[in-house]
Amino acid sequence: MEPVLDVTAVSMNFGGLRALNDVELKVNSGEIVALIGPNGAGKTTFFNCITSIYTPTEGEVWFTPKQGVRTRVNGMKPNLVTALGMARTFQNIRLFKNMSVLENVMIARHCRTKSGILGALLRSPAVRREEKEIVDRSYELLKYIGLHKFYNEQACNLPYGAQRRLEIARALATDPALLLLDEPAAGMNPQETESLKHLVLKIRDEMDMAILLIEHDMSMVMSLSERIYVMEYGCLIAHGTPAEVSSDPRVIKAYLGEEAHA
Amino acid sequence: MNELIKSIQVSIWFMFLTFPIMVIRVNAIEKSVIWRWENLALVGVGSFVLSFIWRWALRRKEAGDAAAASGGKEAGRLSALLENPALRLPIQVVLLAVFCTIPLFVTTYQTNILISFLLYVVLGLGLNVIVGVAGLLFLGHAAFYAIGAYSYALLNQYFGLGFWVALPIGGVVAALAGVALAFPVLRLRGDYLAIVTLGFGEIVRLLLENFSDITGGPSGISNIPRPGLLDMQLSVAGANIYIYYIVLALALVTIVAVTRLKDSRIGRALQALREDEIACEAMGIDRVGVKLMAFGLGTAWAGFAGVVFAAKTTFINPASFTFFESAIILSIVVLGGMGSNLGVILGSAFLVLLPEYMRAFSEYRMILFATAMVLMMVFRPQGLIPEKRKTYTVSDPELNAATGGQN
Amino acid sequence: MDWQYFTELFLGGLTRGSIYALIAIGYTMVYGIIELINFAHGEVYMLGAFMGLIVAGVLGILGFPAPAILVIAAVVAIIYCAGYGYTMEKIAYKPLRGAGRLSPLISAIGMSLFLQNYIILAQTSDFLPFPRLIPDFDFLEPVAHVFGSSDFVIVATSALFMAGLTVFIKYTKMGKAMRATAQNRKMAMLLGVDSDKVISITFILGSSLAALGGVLIASHVGMVNFAIGFLAGIKAFTAAVLGGIGSIPGAMLGGLFLGLSESFATGYISSDYEDVFAFTLLVVFLIFRPSGIMGKAKVEKV
Repeated sequence: MEPVLDVTAVSMNFGGLRALNDVELKVNSGEIVALIGPNGAGKTTFFNCITSIYTPTEGEVWFTPKQGVRTRVNGMKPNLVTALGMARTFQNIRLFKNMSVLENVMIARHCRTKSGILGALLRSPAVRREEKEIVDRSYELLKYIGLHKFYNEQACNLPYGAQRRLEIARALATDPALLLLDEPAAGMNPQETESLKHLVLKIRDEMDMAILLIEHDMSMVMSLSERIYVMEYGCLIAHGTPAEVSSDPRVIKAYLGEEAHA
Repeated sequence: MNELIKSIQVSIWFMFLTFPIMVIRVNAIEKSVIWRWENLALVGVGSFVLSFIWRWALRRKEAGDAAAASGGKEAGRLSALLENPALRLPIQVVLLAVFCTIPLFVTTYQTNILISFLLYVVLGLGLNVIVGVAGLLFLGHAAFYAIGAYSYALLNQYFGLGFWVALPIGGVVAALAGVALAFPVLRLRGDYLAIVTLGFGEIVRLLLENFSDITGGPSGISNIPRPGLLDMQLSVAGANIYIYYIVLALALVTIVAVTRLKDSRIGRALQALREDEIACEAMGIDRVGVKLMAFGLGTAWAGFAGVVFAAKTTFINPASFTFFESAIILSIVVLGGMGSNLGVILGSAFLVLLPEYMRAFSEYRMILFATAMVLMMVFRPQGLIPEKRKTYTVSDPELNAATGGQN
Repeated sequence: MDWQYFTELFLGGLTRGSIYALIAIGYTMVYGIIELINFAHGEVYMLGAFMGLIVAGVLGILGFPAPAILVIAAVVAIIYCAGYGYTMEKIAYKPLRGAGRLSPLISAIGMSLFLQNYIILAQTSDFLPFPRLIPDFDFLEPVAHVFGSSDFVIVATSALFMAGLTVFIKYTKMGKAMRATAQNRKMAMLLGVDSDKVISITFILGSSLAALGGVLIASHVGMVNFAIGFLAGIKAFTAAVLGGIGSIPGAMLGGLFLGLSESFATGYISSDYEDVFAFTLLVVFLIFRPSGIMGKAKVEKV
């Protein structure tokens, strides 16, 4: 079976700076994979490259949607990548702050619905039906993620942890085959992290989804992921199961060693 | 005491600052100087009083910000009244009845004022789609008004097309021009976009002025026919009333269309674009397509309004479509409340009707609006009637049970 | 090639360009520090011209000699416009710090309309003649038909003031604080730079230069009107963009570049399209090269 995400030798230059150097990564369907590394290792840049917010300088990003054909996505417009079935959250939360919680999720249904200007003006029964479907599906997702009580609140009034969960709900609303989570547990307390862990597992199991996450919380990474990639200074330095990675001397030196000092 | 000293300082400072402009008036030909000392006293007293109000308002705003941050909500009384669901329908019916019958009771002059009020409503609502809903600061609206007006004038002059044929054409041409402008400016950030649209607006006006062979140059085009009603020859007053009803219909269509648009899938995408472009793209929204739509949907109304304007005045020239005109339309949107359609209607009413019916103010109209623009941004950036978020209702018995039926 | 015509256009462009540069500096400094397009900056230039006119009128009646009038008018205009710039910032922009990009811009547009209407109401909406204050210099006699004494004064004064500003920015403590604030306001504040003061000084300096430009151009052209600030402001903003907004040397170069290219375009192509040319340049540059002739593109952080 084809991997959902297949990244071959991706490099990214900013001017003279090489932020990513020959990064190779695969995510199989139904798998939870983690990408770890010290701050500034290029993890978020890597996310931006695979979601096509940046176009990588070299290398290729291949994506296989559910029941779809393997497609090269580097250089594609970001919205088309999302439409193919790749959805992400942001490290620095990027919710639509002044819109309601429900609307945030509804917007993510945009690429799965199609009523246009004429539809909006005429409000035909088909358009109204679609609109109701958007509301229902979005609410259902909020309920799934446990934020339905706040559906009419403004997104910026949610507590921090809830905002991170809302970002996940929003990403799920685009019906992705691959979910990319950029530090989903950052700023969460231990209880919130614990419930986030269950949520991620639940999403994978119930929604048949592959998940790639960037995370600093080691206990979460170790207990969740099937495979781990480790980056440092834009290069991959190790890759394997949690057990293999945590015993790799280079990782200990680069990553855990630094942790021990800090 | 401290407050008093501060206000005296402010007062002295402003008396100093405004002294040459407010007090001295030189007549270079008669070689005489008029000293208007009364103005100095006026500035002194005025700034003394206003500085108290200014500091009070600033403190109140800071307190308000703090309250808002801690979760408190302030509901505007005016908007609460206007949006009370029980009153809504009766108010709408009464207003509609008043607007439908009013030209039968008032003079031609007053009908004219109402026509220009309704034209500004249409212009403002169009601009509101771009500025208020999509958050793209757009300073070239008058250019599209001009494009609509000249479309009718030129099509009539060279091809003899009538008003009713020209009306849709004017709207479509303006919308296409809007989309054409949008293409190159897609990547621009907010403030650069504002300046580029301003530049574009001025270029359109200057081209109209300079292509004298076709457009008549600065002297414009005259003898534009008014719309005919079933081949009847209407008197000037009659034609005016007829145009009034056309504009009223146009305004109503605009209100309905813009409201529906805002609550639709496209409208939500526009609002999301205003909030965060990158997140928008990541959520699968075609940023380019949506921006093009915003421009097209906004400028089309300016085009329609332009055709009606040309038919109403029967004479147009580039001087009617300066940056000043764009600034007035923008201030309608800003004063009324960006994103709020009701606000825009109220804003146009303030801008057009108040100065007309309060003659004493008409001279001070623009300076008052300029002041209001600044003050609005400082104290009430959301405008007179803040944009009202659509609230969605879901039927979820579990939720109702959990919150004790509160939702 | 007609060299005399060329020289004429070149020198005419130099004069225009110096004025654009003087005004452009105000735009660029403010933008560099608080990322605001101070839309009302053109109006400060217009106010400068009016101040000059009023002072010149009063002193003229009192019988002062022309060169003395020019100097006093310029000094008064600079002082007052600095005051207007300072006050404007305190009223229309300071309360809006941290309110996004659009609110201050709208406030600035309001400020610009306010100042125009203030002049209309307190003075007049007519065109007023501005007295000729610059005497004919004997040494310019042979070239007076292409480069008159007012051209000379404009170019020389602008050069002098711009050099002064450069020295100020480069070598004084305040100049250093301004550069630091332009780089990173938060960091500068943490290191003890009083950013409110820096912003005030920025407005004061920018407004002073605009006032100087206003007086100089008014005595060159001989006409003053409440609306002159709009076009001059837009063109100076264009100059600032051409040079890379935020950069002071860029604004000077951009001003000269715009002045010269406008002069040549009107001289060799058509004078009907003078303003169209400037606006087109503005639009084209903002769209295709928003960082200016020499600037580098920025990448937005995600």
